[in-house]
Formats: sequence, structure tokens, C-alpha cells
Amino acid sequence: MNTISKMIIPLFVLFVIFYGFFKKVSIYDTFLEGAKEGLITVFHIFPAILAMVFAIQIFLNSHLLETLFRLVTPLLNKLSLPIEILPMAFVRPISGTASLAIMNDIFANFGPDSFVGRLASTIQGCTDTTIYVLALYFGSLKINKTRYALSTGLFADFVGIVASFLIVRLIFG
Amino acid sequence: MINKLWGFFIIVGILFTLLFGDIASLNDTILNSATSGVRMVLDLLPIIVLWSGIMKIAESSGLLQRIGNLVKPVLSKLFPSLKKESKALGYITSNIVANAMGLGSAATPFGLKAMEEMQKENEKKDEASDAMITFLVLNTSGVTIVPTTVIALRMMYHSQNPEEIIITAILATLCSSIAGLTLDYFRRRKKK
Repeated sequence: MNTISKMIIPLFVLFVIFYGFFKKVSIYDTFLEGAKEGLITVFHIFPAILAMVFAIQIFLNSHLLETLFRLVTPLLNKLSLPIEILPMAFVRPISGTASLAIMNDIFANFGPDSFVGRLASTIQGCTDTTIYVLALYFGSLKINKTRYALSTGLFADFVGIVASFLIVRLIFG
Repeated sequence: MINKLWGFFIIVGILFTLLFGDIASLNDTILNSATSGVRMVLDLLPIIVLWSGIMKIAESSGLLQRIGNLVKPVLSKLFPSLKKESKALGYITSNIVANAMGLGSAATPFGLKAMEEMQKENEKKDEASDAMITFLVLNTSGVTIVPTTVIALRMMYHSQNPEEIIITAILATLCSSIAGLTLDYFRRRKKK
């Protein structure tokens, strides 16, 4: 599986260049033209990224989430849910690096083959940084009316997290 | 929506730190967050510029439209509002494939291009179109087949079987994608 995913980029590049050559596209000029467009894209998304990183870091730095989790710990223990996973589940939609850092902690403390370790891996694999992606994609187009996009995306994440828990329990016990 | 969310993060974050937290670290965060933002953009910059160049070749040679045509039967069901010959379909496919292979950073430029193409067909320029929302739901529910970063990290911590979570991740992804797309479908219908 890993070898396949390492092959895909070189093969894709080869195929695109070969096909362009074959179709007599002036590949070099076209590349430069596209790269210039890419530069403009980055120029457009730059403020959106900066704005989101700014807000997210202030929010994460306040440790509000951790405080809230400490309040619900007794309840979760009664339900025999692994408490360690909660911060990750909540941080996942806003920051990929932060949730990776939490997963790193979980691996270090419980091992990657523990129940929480497998659960964290599955959650990381099946969800995405929904809020960040939304801010980036809509921000780059200056769309501010996002309608039902956020709630639907977060609903999918929530279902993914619940499903991860059930599936990991079912498969690995 | 982003307006409220952005304001919420900042206001709640600062107030909570002022009341219960470490004000010195808040200072650092505010001053340093711009630097991390720039670093993030700098990480993205070469990938986006490079891939935009390569994808321009794919676009000019007609390859992108061909890829779009291949998956059109499936995608046109998911994106009924997009025009049949829309270039967005090719970019959407490339984005999904790159995401599925765990190449998140390579997927971003395709996603941005897909959004640009969809914006051309969008009637209200400041409002998200139906197709955009479906695309984002599909994108963020994470159609991952090979979660490369996770596997690498599991290897680092000497997992007995780093790849074992591929199956659970695929199953969980299926659940979240289906749930997201179903909800999207009903909300889209409700409007009409």
C-alpha cells in the first residue's frame, strides 16, 4: 500500500508531461503560465490562512477545551469511554498539527497498538480539518455566506468519530 | 458563518486566558501566530505553484477533461448543478484521488482550482453554491485510503502492525462520507 502511494506522484507527473508532449502542447510555457496562476492563488489564500491560524492559536492557547474535559471526566469514566481521545476529537476539525501532536502523546503514553492508539489513528485517518479547509477554500474566493457547509461537514466528522469508536471496538475488541 | 466562528475563537480565547490562564503566553501567541501563519503559507507555496504548473499542462492537453469524463457518471449524480463540460469535475477527481492516497498537501491545489471553476458557474459570488458545499463535505469527511502520516507515526512508535488501521479508517471514512453526503442531499432538496 505504501509503495503504491509513493509511486503515484512520479507516475502522475510522467503521464501528464508525456500526454502533453504527445498532444503537442508547448509544455514548458504552459507550465510557467500555470505556475504563475498558482502564485496568484497563494497570494489570495495567504490572508485567509493567517487569519485562521491567528484565531485558532489564541483559542487553543486558552486551554478552554482541557478545562471543559476535566469537568466531564467523571461522567465519561462511568461510560467507560477513553477520556484521552476527547481533546483530539475536538481539536481535529480546527488544526491538523494540534491533533497530530495529541496523537503523538497518546502513542507515547499508551502505545500505538492500544485501544486508544488504534482509535486515535482511525480518527486521524477518517476525518479532516473541516473548519480550516472551509476557511481556506471559501476565504480564497471571498465567499462569506457558507450556508449549511460547516454544520454538514462537522456532522460528517462526528459520525466518523462515533463510527471509528464502534469499528475499532468491533475489529480489535 | 466564518465571521462568527473567527470572532468566537478570538473573543472566547482571549477572555478565558485573561480570567484563568497565562497572560504572558497569550502575548507570545498573538505575536507568534502570524509567523506560524507565514510558515504554513510558505509550506504550501512551492507545492501549489508546482502543481498548478503541472495541472495547467493537464488542462491544455485535454487530459483533465478526460479524467473528468471517466468519473462523470458518478460525479454528475453527486454534483447535479455543475455543467456537463465543467472543468471543475476533473479537478474534483484529482483532489479526491490525491486525498485518498494520503497526499493531503498535493490535494490542496486541486481543491482550490476546483473551487475557482465552481465559482465561475456560481450566480451569487459571495455565497457558497450547492456544488461547493457537496465538494467540501466530501473533501472534509476525508476520503482517505492510505493515511500516510498516521502510518509513519505508528512506525515511529514501533507498532506491531502499522498498516492495520487502514481497514478501520476506510470503514469509518465510508460511514462519515455517506452520512455527510446524505445530510447534504436533504438540505439541498429542502431549499427548493
